[in-house]
Amino acid sequence: MQNKTIPDTRWMGLPHLAVGLIVIAAIALFGWQFLLADSEIAVLGMVALAAMAAFGVGKTGLNKSMSAAMRNHGRSMNIAILLALVCVIFLLGGEHFPLLMLTTTLLYMTVAFGLNAQFGLTGMVNFAGASFFGVGAYTAAVLTNHSALPPILILVAGGVFSALIGCLLIVPVVRTAGHYSAVVTIAFSVMFKTFLEVNDVLGGPQGLMVGPMKTFGWDFNSSPLLMGMELSFYVNYALLGAGLAALAFMFVQRLERSWIGLTLDSVRLDETASACFGLNVVRAKVLAFTFGNILIGIAGALYGMMISFIAPNSFSFSDSLLMVAIVLLGGLGSLWGTALAAVIVVLLPEKLQILQEYRFLLFSVVVILMLLFRPEGLMPRKVRSYFPNWRPEQ
Amino acid sequence: MSEVLLEFKNLGKNFGGVRALDGFDMQVKRGEIIGLIGPNGSGKTTSFNLMTGIYAPSQGEVHFDGADITGMSARKVYEAGIARTFQRSRLCLPLSIFDNIMIGNHARLNTGLWFNLFQRRALRGQVEEFYTQARDLVAGFSEDLAGRMFDPVGSLPMIERRRIEICRALISKPKLLLLDEPSAGMTHDETAQMMDDILAVRDRMGGLSIIIIEHEMGVIERLCDQCVVLSYGRKISEGSYAHIAADPEVQSAYLGMD
Ligand SMILES: Nc1ncnc2c1ncn2[C@@H]1O[C@H](COP(=O)(O)OP(=O)(O)OP(=O)(O)O)[C@@H](O)[C@H]1O
Ligand SMILES: [Mg+2]
Repeated sequence: MQNKTIPDTRWMGLPHLAVGLIVIAAIALFGWQFLLADSEIAVLGMVALAAMAAFGVGKTGLNKSMSAAMRNHGRSMNIAILLALVCVIFLLGGEHFPLLMLTTTLLYMTVAFGLNAQFGLTGMVNFAGASFFGVGAYTAAVLTNHSALPPILILVAGGVFSALIGCLLIVPVVRTAGHYSAVVTIAFSVMFKTFLEVNDVLGGPQGLMVGPMKTFGWDFNSSPLLMGMELSFYVNYALLGAGLAALAFMFVQRLERSWIGLTLDSVRLDETASACFGLNVVRAKVLAFTFGNILIGIAGALYGMMISFIAPNSFSFSDSLLMVAIVLLGGLGSLWGTALAAVIVVLLPEKLQILQEYRFLLFSVVVILMLLFRPEGLMPRKVRSYFPNWRPEQ
Repeated sequence: MSEVLLEFKNLGKNFGGVRALDGFDMQVKRGEIIGLIGPNGSGKTTSFNLMTGIYAPSQGEVHFDGADITGMSARKVYEAGIARTFQRSRLCLPLSIFDNIMIGNHARLNTGLWFNLFQRRALRGQVEEFYTQARDLVAGFSEDLAGRMFDPVGSLPMIERRRIEICRALISKPKLLLLDEPSAGMTHDETAQMMDDILAVRDRMGGLSIIIIEHEMGVIERLCDQCVVLSYGRKISEGSYAHIAADPEVQSAYLGMD
């Protein structure tokens, strides 16, 4: 048998893992301070520092050690990253606004993971991300107000409804090839917002109240106590948001590292050849589109519960564009890239008011430059390895 | 089991006003290598596309292995046992060698959602099993290539890409292999290697029939048991290489002196 896994000797493995853990801790500390920074000068300074660090990582070979840690100790690294995120959430403790920003980032990240399954893997550009996000949020609004469904199920319902509405689009999206399917989603995105604005049952332009997340007697809108200290109620949402983003990451990653991921890639790269080898192109597209919309809808439902008031303006075409920008910026099919890009696209404008006003313009320019000079994104996707610690060639 | 594997009866295809193929009759026997030749635009690739379900024929029938496959979808035809390569190499360049070959193995992959997301151990068993098969197949062409199964195909030279394309078609153990200009874009030496490869493949996979479209007459002469010549969508000659090479109608079609 040529197949064998590399033995993970402890003394060989330990340094990589140690390096990985130190980097995670450093990023967590940085993120914590970044979220708290309140002067624009401080924020700019930290952005410059991060850019320099990113540059330095490539020069010193730290990135090689990091990817080795991710490859050989995937599970430990993932747990460490999640723990670091939880630590940051508790360190922010009573700070409402930074926690709100962090949770919004995590939810947009979840959306971008969903879009990545559609766009990055299967090649279907979905310019209605914000609409499906909105379907989730409005589902949460209606169901928290008019039903006794437990909110945790309402989250699921947000995903299911988003997928169902997606089914309305599925026929034109699957039938038309390439750019035409993008046009279908653009039309839907514009129509969706208009529909919300003229629909009185859904609150028209003023929007709707959304009830809070509650589960097993844990009310997300009350402030949790930690060792006698009262924390912001956003801590609840941030924790759940982190869990959701982690799950979405895991699902999309497993999808990518499987025969289904291979099928989706093949459909994206050459539909005709795919059909010649017996691939069911329609099934692949329906699966990816639905899978992505479920993730987007669930994120939308939680978003609605968190901000407790939703209006059509939060789900406009320009928001959809920002979501697509995240995927393009991070690198098509690259999940860590997507996570990084979500942080940049969502967090940076919140921290720098100058950017806030021009963010659509700014990110359009950034995306165009990216497509021209580095089309594979900030962190390019690697060749698929079905099981990262399995390398039969050595 | 009948000796004839594939049969065209009066096959034809119109693209608008263009008669790309017209009343084409042909038979392929089991284990035979057929050379399909003709000037540019004479309908060779079109006949492959009609067979593999990419286009539906305007007239006529295609019979394969005892069944009428006329107008079947590309998927069904592939499942019936016809695999092909493309005139302009159609590999997925960003994907690894292994991934590309697995696309050809699609019928045997378990693509169930539950299996792929949650039964990772079973998935791993399948990945390892097919990896061994794909590696052995590639090793039959080049040991060096077999050691690089997880390199992206885009990083390989033309001859290696052709080999991967042939492996992708062969992994499904087809009964009929269609090769559309396998020597295109290759040097003289590479073409010679390619011919050895094809003959070796036929010997390894007993009973495999091959139809090969080729402009390189040396290739046709060395490989083919039978030749069929098309011109302007019509069959103008068939028989052994010596026979068609001596046919004055074939000579005039190639020299364009009507
Ligand atoms: N999809 C299509 N639409 C319209 N016309 C087509 C199409 N495909 C092929 N044709 C026409 O049909 C004719 C036969 O084309 P085909 O590709 O079968 O030729 P060929 O024998 O493979 O030539 P070559 O040696 O150049 O590959 C040509 O006139 C071509 O322009
Ligand atoms: Mg051709």
